[in-house]
Amino acid sequence: MLRLENVLKTFPQPGGGRLTVLDIPSLILEEAEQVALIGRSGGGKTTLLHTIAGITAPDSGIVEVGGVDIARLSESGRDRYRAARIGYVFQTFNLLAGFTALENVRLGMTFSTGRHDVERAKMLLDRVGLGDRLHYRPSQLSVGQQQRVAIARSLAGRPKLLLADEPTANVDPANQQSVIDLIRQTCQDERITLLLVTHTTEVSNQFGRIEHLETVNRIFQTA
Amino acid sequence: MSLLQIAWRNMRQRGLSSVLTLISLALGVALTVLVLAVYGIIQDAFLRNTSVGYNLVVGAKGSPLQLTLNTVYYLSQPIETIPYNEYLEYLPQDERTRQAKLFEGEGIVDTSRDGKFAPYMMGGFAIPVTLGDYFGPFRVVGTTPGFFNQLKYGPNVDLDFEFSAGENFITDDPQHGPYTAVIGSRVAADMNVQIGDKIDPSHGDPDGHGHGVGFAIVGILKPTGTPNDRAAFVNIEGFYLMDGHARAIDTEEESNATTAANSVADDSTAISSDVDKLSFSPLPIRQRDLTAILLRADPIFAVKMEKTIDKGLRTQAASPIGEIMGLLTLIVEPLMQALLIITAITCVVAAVGILVSIYNSMNDRKRDIAVMRALGARRDTVLAIILLESLLIAVGGAIAGWCLAHLGILSASGFIEERTGVQVNFLTVTQTELWVIPLVLGLAALAGLLPAVVGYRTDVAKNLNP
Repeated sequence: MLRLENVLKTFPQPGGGRLTVLDIPSLILEEAEQVALIGRSGGGKTTLLHTIAGITAPDSGIVEVGGVDIARLSESGRDRYRAARIGYVFQTFNLLAGFTALENVRLGMTFSTGRHDVERAKMLLDRVGLGDRLHYRPSQLSVGQQQRVAIARSLAGRPKLLLADEPTANVDPANQQSVIDLIRQTCQDERITLLLVTHTTEVSNQFGRIEHLETVNRIFQTA
Repeated sequence: MSLLQIAWRNMRQRGLSSVLTLISLALGVALTVLVLAVYGIIQDAFLRNTSVGYNLVVGAKGSPLQLTLNTVYYLSQPIETIPYNEYLEYLPQDERTRQAKLFEGEGIVDTSRDGKFAPYMMGGFAIPVTLGDYFGPFRVVGTTPGFFNQLKYGPNVDLDFEFSAGENFITDDPQHGPYTAVIGSRVAADMNVQIGDKIDPSHGDPDGHGHGVGFAIVGILKPTGTPNDRAAFVNIEGFYLMDGHARAIDTEEESNATTAANSVADDSTAISSDVDKLSFSPLPIRQRDLTAILLRADPIFAVKMEKTIDKGLRTQAASPIGEIMGLLTLIVEPLMQALLIITAITCVVAAVGILVSIYNSMNDRKRDIAVMRALGARRDTVLAIILLESLLIAVGGAIAGWCLAHLGILSASGFIEERTGVQVNFLTVTQTELWVIPLVLGLAALAGLLPAVVGYRTDVAKNLNP
């Protein structure tokens, strides 16, 4: 489902030269596989997810999602592909403040299917336990509820690959496990490949496969 | 969600700023629509006033515009007069003969022929008009009963003059003789006079001395929305008999009159039985002057007739519609254009307001844009959403402004109708007005372009919180 090969991503440095953030010889995830990627803060986890999602393009290498090398697509091609195939759960939720829970989820469909399937949006919110909070704004929801809306939104476009960037980092401990359960269960039900980034072993230990960024990313080995 | 819904949500999120921008645009649009509507009303009023039921005005040589303003609108200074004989040139032989008999014109008027221009009339008519006196601030018009019997008015020139009280005057009233009058609706209201009251025209200007002759009001016109609402019409025979209205006769004219009388004597005698009898002694033709002659001629011949009249030494013919449209084009249109430019500038300023309002919000919205991009929105989708937001404000402002302007027009509709005769309601739309909406939308699209480009260029990775 996901294949990264010789992916190199650098950023220009203020003083000149370029800083290498990602140097990944190989990373492969099978269809419907659930993988936890563990690594310390500042280790390039977010850049890796952005690269897989096509938000940023790598300097070189192959980023193949569902058989398509998105690194070779144009920016709009990557946008289109991301909308159609990839779901993204952010650490800070990134809900739009002016939109209700239902609208935030529908927004997830707007750019993917182009269809306005309100019933699916309602079903997803119901599934994450927010069937009675459809018309609440993010500010009217608890942090845990906001993350549930974000999860529902990430699933709205029927993705094949779900990228979750520390989804429990801003959730209170009481709700952390339910968020993880929700993501894993949903991905299992809909046969979605999951790559979940975390920095806690409590979360990563629940996964059958754990990848360490220090192992995956060659820059740590060089250092 | 559709892009429009997303744009609407964004707009609502910046509620106060959006509303203030919308109000400023609405005021700009309202001003523009008002100016256009006023221009439409002026144009309509001008055209309505030229729909007077006659296609030519004949008067003394000089400015055709002044002749039109004087005769049609009862404005401007009175122009030179023309002899009554000129009027007779538009009448058929029998009418010439009748008038010659009636007004001591035998020997002066050649009754052996039709009037020189009579063949061009083709079922039309000629109505004499004399001006120069006032009733209060209103012009007194000396004319014949034909003014109200033959002329029509209205947009299609098919409406008969109607009286809210009384009736039209006749040449020789059994009770008042030639001293009868019909007054326009405004005159009746402003001067507070009614049927049976007498008006004493003052000579030369509104503050001039009165003639000491009372014209009994026998009819009050219903409002027509024409300048006739602002005039007092007196029987031309009574007008002539007022002090100072008879033309002095010179010796040469007397001599010519004698010669002419010898040459037409036989014909005059032949139809003398048709001549009416009057209970008063009318002013002789040779002492009669006219300010103008209102002509309804066959439109096919009107142009030729106008040229032929203009070739003469004494008189000119003016086409009221042509003159008034010329005036409209020359003076009113440039004024309106200047006003329109000023109001258009206010629209541009309001559009700049849209730009500033959305542009200022862009910093706060970069994260939202980045989120949408991360969800798969393409750059051009973001561009479209911001442009739609600008257009939503423009549509709201344009509709609110249009309604505001038309509510203003509606509230003044009574006044407008009373003063101009133009009927307006909330949905009265001028053609030019229809351009305002697309123009405002175009301006809004331009105004939204800069923030839209900023949105288009937003770096997702930089603005997306992890």
